This record gives sequence, C-alpha cells and structure tokens, in this order.
Amino acid sequence: MIINMKKIRYKFQNAFTFLLLAVTLMSACRKDLQPPKEEKEYLFPPRPNDPVKGIYLVNEGNMGMNKASLDYVDFEAGQYRRNIYNEANPLQVKGLGDVGNDAGVYGSKLYIVVNISNKVEVLDVKTGKRIQQINITNCRYITFNKGKAYVSAYLGQVGNPAEPNGIVAEIDTTTLSEVRRVKVGRQPEEMAIVKDKLYIANSGGYSPGNYERTVSVVDLNSFTETKRIDVAINLHRLKADRFGDLYVTSRGDYLDIHSKLFVIDTQTDQVKLQYDIAVSNLTISNDVVYFYGSEWSHNTGKMTVSYGMLDVLSKKVLDKKFITDGTDKNIVIPYGIAVNPFTKEVFVTDAGNYVSPGVLYCFSPEGVKKWNVTTGDIPAHFAFVYR
Amino acid sequence: MRRNNFTIKGINPCFFTFLAISWLGGIMPLNLKAQTDTVKLSRKDSLNKINELKEVQIRTIKITRRQTSSTPLQILSGAELEKLNSLSVADAVRFFSGVQLKDYGGIGGLKTINVRSMGSNHTAVFYDGVHLGNAQNGQVDLGKFSLDNIEEIELYNGQKSTIFQPAKGFASASSLYLKSRQPSFEDGRTNRFKGVFKTGSFGLVNPSLLLQSKITDHTYSSVSAEFKNANGRYKFRSTNGSWDTTGVRTDGDIQSMRLELGLNGILRDSSKWSVKLYGYNDNQGLPGAIVANVWHFSQRQWNRNLFAQSTYEKNIGKYSLMAAAKYANDYQRYLNPDIVSVDGLLDNRVHQQEIYLSLANKFKVNNFWDLVWSADYQMNDMNGNLYRFAYPRRHTVLNALATQFHFGKVDIQANVLSTLVYDKVETGPLPDNHNELTPTVMVSWQPFGQKEFRIRSFYKSIFRMPTLNDLYFTFYQPRSIKPEYTKQYDLGFTYIKGYENQALTQFSIQADVYYNKVKDKIVAVPGTSQAIWTMMNLGLVGIKGLDVNMQSAWQLNKDFSLNAGLNYTYQQALDIDKASRTYRDRIPYIPLHNISILASASYQKFSMNYSYLYTGERYDQSANIPVNYIQPFYTHDMAIHYNTMLHKRKIRLTAEVNNLLNQPFEVVTNYPMPGRSYRFSLTYDY
Repeated sequence: MIINMKKIRYKFQNAFTFLLLAVTLMSACRKDLQPPKEEKEYLFPPRPNDPVKGIYLVNEGNMGMNKASLDYVDFEAGQYRRNIYNEANPLQVKGLGDVGNDAGVYGSKLYIVVNISNKVEVLDVKTGKRIQQINITNCRYITFNKGKAYVSAYLGQVGNPAEPNGIVAEIDTTTLSEVRRVKVGRQPEEMAIVKDKLYIANSGGYSPGNYERTVSVVDLNSFTETKRIDVAINLHRLKADRFGDLYVTSRGDYLDIHSKLFVIDTQTDQVKLQYDIAVSNLTISNDVVYFYGSEWSHNTGKMTVSYGMLDVLSKKVLDKKFITDGTDKNIVIPYGIAVNPFTKEVFVTDAGNYVSPGVLYCFSPEGVKKWNVTTGDIPAHFAFVYR
Repeated sequence: MRRNNFTIKGINPCFFTFLAISWLGGIMPLNLKAQTDTVKLSRKDSLNKINELKEVQIRTIKITRRQTSSTPLQILSGAELEKLNSLSVADAVRFFSGVQLKDYGGIGGLKTINVRSMGSNHTAVFYDGVHLGNAQNGQVDLGKFSLDNIEEIELYNGQKSTIFQPAKGFASASSLYLKSRQPSFEDGRTNRFKGVFKTGSFGLVNPSLLLQSKITDHTYSSVSAEFKNANGRYKFRSTNGSWDTTGVRTDGDIQSMRLELGLNGILRDSSKWSVKLYGYNDNQGLPGAIVANVWHFSQRQWNRNLFAQSTYEKNIGKYSLMAAAKYANDYQRYLNPDIVSVDGLLDNRVHQQEIYLSLANKFKVNNFWDLVWSADYQMNDMNGNLYRFAYPRRHTVLNALATQFHFGKVDIQANVLSTLVYDKVETGPLPDNHNELTPTVMVSWQPFGQKEFRIRSFYKSIFRMPTLNDLYFTFYQPRSIKPEYTKQYDLGFTYIKGYENQALTQFSIQADVYYNKVKDKIVAVPGTSQAIWTMMNLGLVGIKGLDVNMQSAWQLNKDFSLNAGLNYTYQQALDIDKASRTYRDRIPYIPLHNISILASASYQKFSMNYSYLYTGERYDQSANIPVNYIQPFYTHDMAIHYNTMLHKRKIRLTAEVNNLLNQPFEVVTNYPMPGRSYRFSLTYDY
C-alpha cells in the first residue's frame, strides 16, 4: 500500500512536471512583434528624367482597423514602395491612423488627412518622415492656396446637438498651425479655389432625411461664408478647371434620386450644366475630365460601374474611354483616379471587397494596361510629387 | 516570407506541447493497468451503497450524455462552473473546444461565441429550453448573462442529440443551452437562500441573491435578482514592436439589473410545467476601436429585455407532447454624440418584439423506433426611429420531422427541417421569401462490448437568414447580403475509463474531426462602434478541424482530489472561393491552434482552480499578410476558494486573478483587453 502511494506520488509529480513544461513551451509560442516593414516591388524601367518624381497613394483602410497606409510609385527608381509610413516613423504610436481620407503635396510637405483619427499628418515629402500633426476633428479633405492649407471637417463641434454644421480650417503651411476657421454647410466634403474664393461641396450626410444641397462660397480675405449656391442633394466631389468652371457631383439618396454631375460657372456662381450620369470620382487633366461612377441602388440591390471622359471646352462627354482593353471588367470597385499630366497615363485604384488589399492600375493614354500592383487596403487618394 | 518562417517555428512548440499533454493524459492511464472496471449508467449511488463499498474503494464511472451524444457535447456544470474564474457565461464558454469568443474587452465589451468558425449567428442560444433570440443582430451578448443563476452550460455541435425537441433545436449549426438553477432543497427544508457579493477590478460591485421555495409538494418558485455596477476602467498596453504605450479604457462602464422569477411544478397526471419571467436593464458605455489619436469614446447604449416563457410536457402512453410559448420585448437605444444631424445627436431607438410558439410531438412506435413532429412559429417585429426604416416583420415557420432508431449498440437519428421565412417591410425593396428543406443525420455506435467506447458521426445542412440588422439596419452604406448556407460533416469518438486503487480515478476523451462548408458567409467587420457593423459575404469558406477534449480525475488521498481537463482545437478555416483575391487565405480571426486547460484541486476546505487559454496567431483581415498578423495570446487565470460552515450556513470565499502574467493582447483588433485583474466574492448559502 505504501509503495503504491509512493508510486502514485511519483507519477503525479511526473505529471506536474510535464504540465509545467507544457505551459512553458506554450508560452514560447508568442514571438516578439515585428513592425510591418516597407515592401518594394519593381514596376517599370526607371524614368529619372520624368517631370513627375513619384506619386504618393494613401490607402484608407477599413474603419476601426487603424490601417491607413502610405504607398509611393517611385518613377525615378521604377519601383512601387508599399507601406512606407511605419518604417519612416517607427515610433509613431498607432501609425498613420484610421481612414486616410485625402492627401496633397504642397511645397516640400505631404499632407495626409486622416478622418477617424481626427488629424492632418504633415510629412517631409522626400523622406516621408513626420514633421507635425494638426488636430482637426472629423477632417475630410484638403486644398492649398498662397501658403495656406484649407481642411474641411464634418462638424465644428462634437456633441453639441444644436451645431450640425461643419467647418473649414485655414492652416499656415509654415507654422503648421490653424489660423482661422469658418462655419460652412453640414458635412462639407471637397473644396476648390477660384480667384480668392473657396468653394465647398456640402453633403449633409448626417441627416439623410434632409441632405444639404448647396456649395458654400467663402471669401478667402475675410474668411467668411458669403454665399450658398443651390445645386442638388448630398454633394461630394468638387473640382475646378482652368477656366473657372466647377465640376460638382451629387451622390443622390441611393434610392430614387440618382447621382449626377453639375457644372457651376464661378463668374455667375450658378449652375450652368447638368449631366445625368453617375460620377463618384473625377480628376481634370489637360482640359479633360476623367471620371467613373459606381452607383448603388437600394431598389435593385446592385452596383453599376461606368467610366467616361468629358471635354471641358466643348462640355461634351467624349466617345473615348480611358480603359479600352477590357481591364475594367477586373475592377470591382474603382476608388481613386489620377492622371499624369505629362504622359497622360491614367491611374485607377480598385478597392475590391474593402477588407483585403486593393490594386493600382496604370493605363497608357490609349487605355491599355501598362502595369498593376497590389496596394494597401482601400487605395484611394493620390498626391503627385513633381521635380 | 519571414513571417512564414515564424509560422512554422511557432507551430512546433505548440504542437509538441499538445503531444506532450496528450501523452500525459492519454498514454499514461493505459500504462497504469486497471484491473476491473465497474460501469454504471448515470444513476446516483445511494448513501448505503457508498458505505457498503467504502472498504474496498471501488470507483465507478458514469456514462453520461457526454459519451452517448451522437453530436459532440461539452458541458460545464455545478461545481465545475462555480470554481471557474467567470463572471459571465462568456467567460465560461471560452474553455470549450472549437470555440472562438469574440471579446471587445472588459466588463462592458460585447462578447459573442463563434463555434467551429461558422460565425456567431450560427449558434443558437437556449435559456431553459427556449430559444433566446435576437432577430436584430442574431447574436446574443454572452457577457450579459451572469453565471450567478446558471447551473449548467451545454454546447452541442450540430444540434442537441435528441429528436424530441422544439423545431428551433434543429435549426442551427450549433447550440448553446443555458440552464438556470433548479430548485433543490436539503432534507426537511422548504426554502433556500443564496446571496453572493462580488467586487474587484473595473470598479465592480455585484450583489445577487437567489431565493427558492417549495410552495406545495409539487410546486416550486425561484427568484433571482442581480445588480451590477462597474466603471469598467482598465489599463492596457499596446505595442507593435517599435512603439509601446499604455492607455486606460475609460468607456466600458456598465450598470445593469436583472430580475428573474420562475415557477415550476408537476401536475397530478405527472405532466411538467414551468413559467419564467425575465427582466434585464442596462446602461453602458460602448468601448470603441482604439486608433491613432483616438483613445476615448462617448457612445452609449441602453438595453431593456423582457420576456415571459412557459413550457409544458406530458406523456400519454406512447405519445409525448412538449409545448412552449414565449413573448419577448426588447428595446435598445444607441446614442452617438459624434454624429450631429439637424435633429440633434444621433440617437437610435429600436424596439423588437417576438412571439414564439412551439409544439413537439413524439410517438413511440415500438421499443426501438421513435417518431417526432415539431412545429414552431415565430414572429419578429422591429421598429425604430431610423430614417427610411423598413419596419420589417418576419414570420418564420419551422417544421421538423425526425426519427430515431435505438438498437443495443447503434443509435440513428435523422430529421428534415422545413424553414419558411416571410419578411414584410413597409419601405424599400421587397425581400425574398424563403422556403428551405434541410436534412440532418446522426449516428452513434458502440463497436465493442464495453460501453466506454463509442463512435459517432453526423451530417447537417442548415442555412440562416441574414438578420434584420444585416438587411435593414443601414446607416453608412447600403448593402446586399445573401443568406448563408452551412454543411457540416463530423466523425469522432468518445472513450471513458475508470480506475481503481490508483490516483487516477477517471479518464475520458472525446475527439472529432470535421469539415464545414459555409457558402456566402456573412462576415461582420466592426465599424467605428460596435452598434454599427460593416457586413460582407465572404464567398465560400471551408473549415477543416479537429477538436480534442480530455478530462481526468485524480484522488491522491482522502482529502486531496484533482481534476484536469484539456481542450485542443485545430482549425483551418480558408477562403476557398476561387474568384477571391484571398483564395486559400485563412479567414479573419480564426487561428490554427487553440488550447485550453482547466485544472482544479481540492484539499479539505480549500480548492484551487487554474485555467489556461492559448489562441494561436491569426489575421484580422482577409489577406494573410504581415500587416494583418495578430500575435498569439495566452492567459493564465487562478482562483482560490475557501468553503466553510457557519452555524449550518455554507460560506464560501473566493479570490480570483485573471491574466496572471499581465499579458497585453487583443481578441479583436484595436480593442485591447485588460491586463491582470482581480475579483473577490463572498457566497452565503442557506
């Protein structure tokens, strides 16, 4: 009996040792974290003398995932550089942030508007190193003029039920601090500047029963809202051509009111043309509007995608397409567009299913795919770096 | 590539660990030669018998439902449940194999269960036999179910291994059964009082009481009430390997109240009845995704859940009947001060109502053949102050025809379930009606003479409708969601053995291999708040898995006993949609390896519980690339209990430590989990 007990004890101790060993082993399963590294990929033969040195591409990242990221098409090296922010700024807590919503290069600086992270990141355009962060709650888009940056933000105040209006903040690009702010319409989106006047597309997206339908006009000298131009509900994109015409998109209500494109004459500040075509994004280059539309219909439950070009002189939609080789069939959700003004190459991004990496396509001026590359999640916003 | 190297290196230790533990649990008992085993079917030994046998110390084993169930069944009950470091049902179900608990952290964070990677909406939760629905989002926040009034938790893969059940019981890919405490009285007593007070980290103050009385010889009543208040604050650490920071979660506060009234009894014709009234009310902060520059959140949520349910069971010779009825009324308010519209702050109020009627009929054809017809009707109605709200009303009719053949060594169950779903909306596109027939076949086989070893297998095909939330609760963007179909194939065995005259008194193992296929899988990706989700159909998902569950009981001497259990899950949940850009990548949040260990030791008045949980590396988005990689995590939890009697009153003192090593981890990306935390409780039972 005694021997038996001893045996049992021995066995038990044995078992216990194994348990300890097992737990220690399991603890070893967790490796030290490695911050994600920049990835480089060869794209095309280097073009060191191109007037465009490169293009920054901001990937929005899915909301709540904190996966906004920065990529760079390096024309000088013919490379694609993926995820450059983290390596350039290793100590920046939580990185670029949540939902990169716009980007622009002005002078020697790259500005990235990070919507959910309530900030504008200011980076050195050469190195991608962070210079400063400017806090603006719920910021959306950025534009530049005469040493100033203008940032639209959905709400002037958060948590005040009586303040549904948004603002535009004026930022000094030398001191990188906010100088003035002006109250505009509800949930302002894109902006453009024509002759000392700032035009802002108001969406009113927080009140789907009562969308905004105006473009705010702000006098840049007094920095006050001087006028509202009635256009259509739920405005989003706003781009100016070199003749002072504004191209404004309305997203409609996703139900009965379809998305449309409008042209505003800034001489008269009135709508002068309307196109019954769905435009979700556009860019103007060499007097041509390149656009695509991905319109969702609640009623059919389907997404319709279309691509087109519009001549800003004749104001006619061209028969020409900027994708002619059938690649458009591979693009699930076009999400960003840009045109190299010198070579007329067209860049289109595909956000795919939003939760996996997207694709950047480059098309020749004839509409034939030159190359494509995997990006971060939801590739969307371009910023050109010129020589 | 580097990451892949890590992956391989990472698996090895885990796998060896598993082997080591299997050896410990599985091989050793075989070495210790047992002489004779006495097998008894589940029946309590009478006191006399125990005294009679005291001399020779013969230990018997109980063949329980765990062994005979033809679908994998895991149970946590009674003492086991009491010893566990758990505040809510969510804390307990983590330890089941094949389970992923989606946990947004802390006391206030949402906690849902995902069984065998099919998604949280595929697990039906039953409370005292009646389905606990949430037509709005199809998932039950298990963090809101206190363990205080729970006697037993059962998890079935496939479905409950009985054909005599409501049609709802056949209608899910897996089922979690929560059983509230049933009245039990000591000799000569007609009432029982139990009071518990818990306090600890997160500013927790949590008193609860239970009062059970015997009204007549065959009628019992039960009252359970609970109050919980916690500021939910906790420190967390967050790092990516280069930056490393700590923060404080400040928005996980919760205040809740629960009141349950139960009445049950047996009528003169020996039919059983029960009535239950349930009320729950809370007011909580909604912890948000902690992203760059955003560490605090102002969103709040209020919930009010009321239900009344009643069951009735009767036997007339060869015919048996089971009926249930339920009415539920739920209200949820969601306030987001970050969104200001012309009408003020975003303030959504949603009302849901449910009417549920169920009737199950069993006919015993002969001594080996049973037939069942079960029919359920359910109406869900949703009403909200959202713009262009669809005001959906859903009628669901379920009909199940089931049959069971039980021969000596073979048990076969088969059923077909007909699901009819009619949605009606007041605005927006007309939804499709659905009419589906889905089959299930289950077999349990005892191949040898001994009852200890059984082989089981099941096939089940089932679909779920997108929830009303999936379809109609849209804010940011419209979405199109298809219904989600699942097919499950499972093959496994159960084995149990008892031993005499040695320290190891009982050993049991159950292991299953399975293959699940989920078509048009609906994946919920959290938006900026837990109340608004981004939904997507993830084409086709194939899940190959292995679940192993081992339990052992040791009696080292008269005063010292030990129980140890190990669960291991291997899962390969892949996107197998050839058109997908992430074809053959693992789906988000499902690791290859999961291990949980539960061990408890009792020595005289003391008992100690230790639990360990390992969740392997996984990815938080569809693509298996370094930026989406999440580190494995493992937590060690400990509890010490002291049981004593004070003037015939049972007193129990408990001290718990959770996440003993203070490991920083996230179950859901950007929702950091608490570091080390403590809990103390005092139980008075008379």
